Amino acid sequence: MSDHHHKETFITKYIFSTDHKMIAKQFLITGMFMALVGMLMSAVFRVQLANPGEYSVLYNLLPGGWVSEDGALNPDKYLALVTMHGTILVFWVLTAGLSGTFANFLIPLQIGARDMASGFINMLSYWFFFLATVILMSSIYVEGGPASSGWTIYPPLSALPEAIPGSGTGMTLWLLSITIFVVGSLLGGLNYIVTILNLRTKGMSMQRMPLTCWALFVTAILGVLSFPVLLSCGLLLLFDRSFGTSFYLSDIIINGEALHYAGGSPILFEHLFWFLGHPEVYIILLPALGIVSEVIAVNSRKPIFGYKAMVGAILLIAFLSFIVWGHHMFMTGMNPFLGSVFTFTTLLIAIPSAVKVFNWLATLWRANIRFTPAMLFAIGTVSAFITGGLTGLILGDSALDINVHDTYFVVGHFHIVMGLSAIYGMYAGVYHWFPKMYGKMMNKTLGYLHFWLTFICAYGVFFPMHFLGLAGLPRRYYTNSSFPMFDGLSDINEIITFFALAGAVAQAIFIFNFVYSIFKGTKASKNPWKSNTLEWTTPVERIHGNWPGELPVVTRWAYDYSKPGAEEDYIPQNVPLKEGEEEH
Amino acid sequence: MTNLLIALVVLLTIAAMVQLVRVNELLSEITNKDTNEVTDEDNNQNGILFIIIGFGFLAFVIWQMITWDHLLLPPASSVHGAEIDGLMKVSMTLILVVFFALTPMLFYFAYKYRGKKENTAYFFAHNNRLEVAWTVIPTIVLTALIIYGLRTWDRAMNPDVSDATVIEVYSKQFDWTARYSGTDNVLGDANFRLVEGRNTLGVDINDKKAADDIVVREVHLPVNKPVLLKFRSRDVIHSAFLPHFRVQMNCVPGLSTQFAFTPTKTTAEMKENEGEDFEYVLLCNKICGSAHFNMQMKFVVESEEDYNKWINSQKTVQNTLTLK
Repeated sequence: MSDHHHKETFITKYIFSTDHKMIAKQFLITGMFMALVGMLMSAVFRVQLANPGEYSVLYNLLPGGWVSEDGALNPDKYLALVTMHGTILVFWVLTAGLSGTFANFLIPLQIGARDMASGFINMLSYWFFFLATVILMSSIYVEGGPASSGWTIYPPLSALPEAIPGSGTGMTLWLLSITIFVVGSLLGGLNYIVTILNLRTKGMSMQRMPLTCWALFVTAILGVLSFPVLLSCGLLLLFDRSFGTSFYLSDIIINGEALHYAGGSPILFEHLFWFLGHPEVYIILLPALGIVSEVIAVNSRKPIFGYKAMVGAILLIAFLSFIVWGHHMFMTGMNPFLGSVFTFTTLLIAIPSAVKVFNWLATLWRANIRFTPAMLFAIGTVSAFITGGLTGLILGDSALDINVHDTYFVVGHFHIVMGLSAIYGMYAGVYHWFPKMYGKMMNKTLGYLHFWLTFICAYGVFFPMHFLGLAGLPRRYYTNSSFPMFDGLSDINEIITFFALAGAVAQAIFIFNFVYSIFKGTKASKNPWKSNTLEWTTPVERIHGNWPGELPVVTRWAYDYSKPGAEEDYIPQNVPLKEGEEEH
Repeated sequence: MTNLLIALVVLLTIAAMVQLVRVNELLSEITNKDTNEVTDEDNNQNGILFIIIGFGFLAFVIWQMITWDHLLLPPASSVHGAEIDGLMKVSMTLILVVFFALTPMLFYFAYKYRGKKENTAYFFAHNNRLEVAWTVIPTIVLTALIIYGLRTWDRAMNPDVSDATVIEVYSKQFDWTARYSGTDNVLGDANFRLVEGRNTLGVDINDKKAADDIVVREVHLPVNKPVLLKFRSRDVIHSAFLPHFRVQMNCVPGLSTQFAFTPTKTTAEMKENEGEDFEYVLLCNKICGSAHFNMQMKFVVESEEDYNKWINSQKTVQNTLTLK
């Protein structure tokens, strides 16, 4: 184990740190920066959708040449913005920003370990991520612009610079960046798995692990199994682009010229991509659901209802997530029988999801709820998970997907169930563990304001999108003014844009609260939320090695809240069972 | 100047927030209480907000359903589309019932069980009967939904196409072309290497079956007659989307895809219900490049008589491209 008495220099403490807590903060800050970039991008394209072709002061944020002389956003740069927004939010914010932060921060602290199994590999994982970030950001400024073929980068559009300018240098950098990103995320994921399997403190059996750790553990397994497929998928695309192979390309004429590619299939790419892509949804969602389970239990002052069922649901969702990828491809012309199989497996996911929702509701029932900002966001997550999850029953049904596939109905669905649930979960996590991360409290009132504004604006943005979709409006359209059938939809677009801009401004409250509290926040106590898990038994001042003396010994599960017969309404996991006391 | 103003507003907002937080902290020093500790008053306020804003959200949803109902697509204009609409109605009803049951329950629990210092939560860790109930009930409902869905899907995907009119829909950046199979109802061979000059679809003019093919930029269909659309793409993936008929299929370079359906309402009938401007239209629904948002082709559904008149006035490949 690492020696916690050695001297730390500025560089080993803040930059090349091997301390999991510092690495978690590095992931968090990088993730927050990328979230800001991704959000500003969405603000720009929302402005375009509300006022097609008109100049907006937000366009000043864009690199030169993205806006035409009459002040309109270029259509292919609109696609560039959509693509980068998706890439950044899915991979940078909700994968690395969420898992990277909380897996690093919580796993060693909650299982009672001094650090990750390998601090050095953990450090590498962040720096690979950082390098990937630098490359992705620089791709915005290359000639032709960044990747513009949607975050799913389907070839041939992503393979041929003649098809769209962003498929030139920008796409090469995108692939390079993702490759490095995957390396970083695999190093991190392996570390999380090994740490959980080997470094649990005495008494911390798997059956006593907090649900956060269960979720992060299963997430890491999903990542390790699926990200390599994305890596190979991207490498084959790189080969097609640079070395003339035909994995994905065939029978193509572009600019009046027949290309040499023969025998490849773009559908192969889609299979490989979505074999990662669907587990990826749960790589994003599960950590948030784990955080929410923890935050709800702590602030309800009640045990999480149905702990075993919650673990079972996580495992079942993870398993099913590997056999449903085809529901992204119902309209590719694949064999209809295959479509039937994927419909069947997809709709099954509703069962463990329903179990989770009912268990959260049962946890809130007859609780004594303390509304910390984290708790508000946790309830927000449950709401978003219900609202967005239900529309999955429409999209997962191949027959219904025929008419809503790739419309705004999909955009509304996944932004609520995956985007909002995960972002709310992330906010819940930051508000909840901020005292442990920085030894300070975040301002409560600003937290409340942040939640309520975000909650209102987010539903104002994403709920109306279902109606756009049911009106037949395809996603990724620069404007819907080319079709008279969509003329009636401009009101909806304006409402969405209004809420999007207001929601973006509301996030400034959070950023301010976060930065201000780090430096000027009131000092946190050791266990401000009266929580049971082990991280709250560590000292407020950060030390390398987590516990100054011996590691705590665990004797009970993490959810002994309001247990009859106890003096207080919580019993930390390291408090021995009283004589005759039953373990829940 | 605008930038300067924006910067000023941002700075002032930050200053205001700093002041707000400072006041809060000074208050905490004076009263000697930690202002960040959650009080019963906070619980009360947030609980009430869950009722006001939470139920406000539900009201907003209902308002949208009423106000925007007329913007949604009209009932399907095809045989299989009507079945899909039926399934949609059942699924939509189901999810709305669950949504309007669970969401109010969540917000109500948040309000009802808002914390008070003197209260204690009820220690209730698990109950197998409840777990079984809320596993089994969704399973039964989903089984029914899956069976209904798969039957609809199966019928939509495997219609009888033995007497369907065969039409090729050909996509490229950023337009559509169609090719009727002519009197023999068989499309002549085509190959992307043969695309040249006026032969934009690469039709093999040496293939006898191609002679009667008709290339057009607007598709006409006879009402109540099955039609089989065959899709090809020459550059990137496009997706042929005919929302009014509930038809969608990707057009993939190097791969042939198809979709068969039977239109049931003529354009004229639709104009009566939906207004004079109504037209059936084919859209591209897979990101395909900068003009993706404007890739369209008109579809017209008319009586068989009108259709025959129209198709007979079109030129065949034999007439437009020189045959040997």
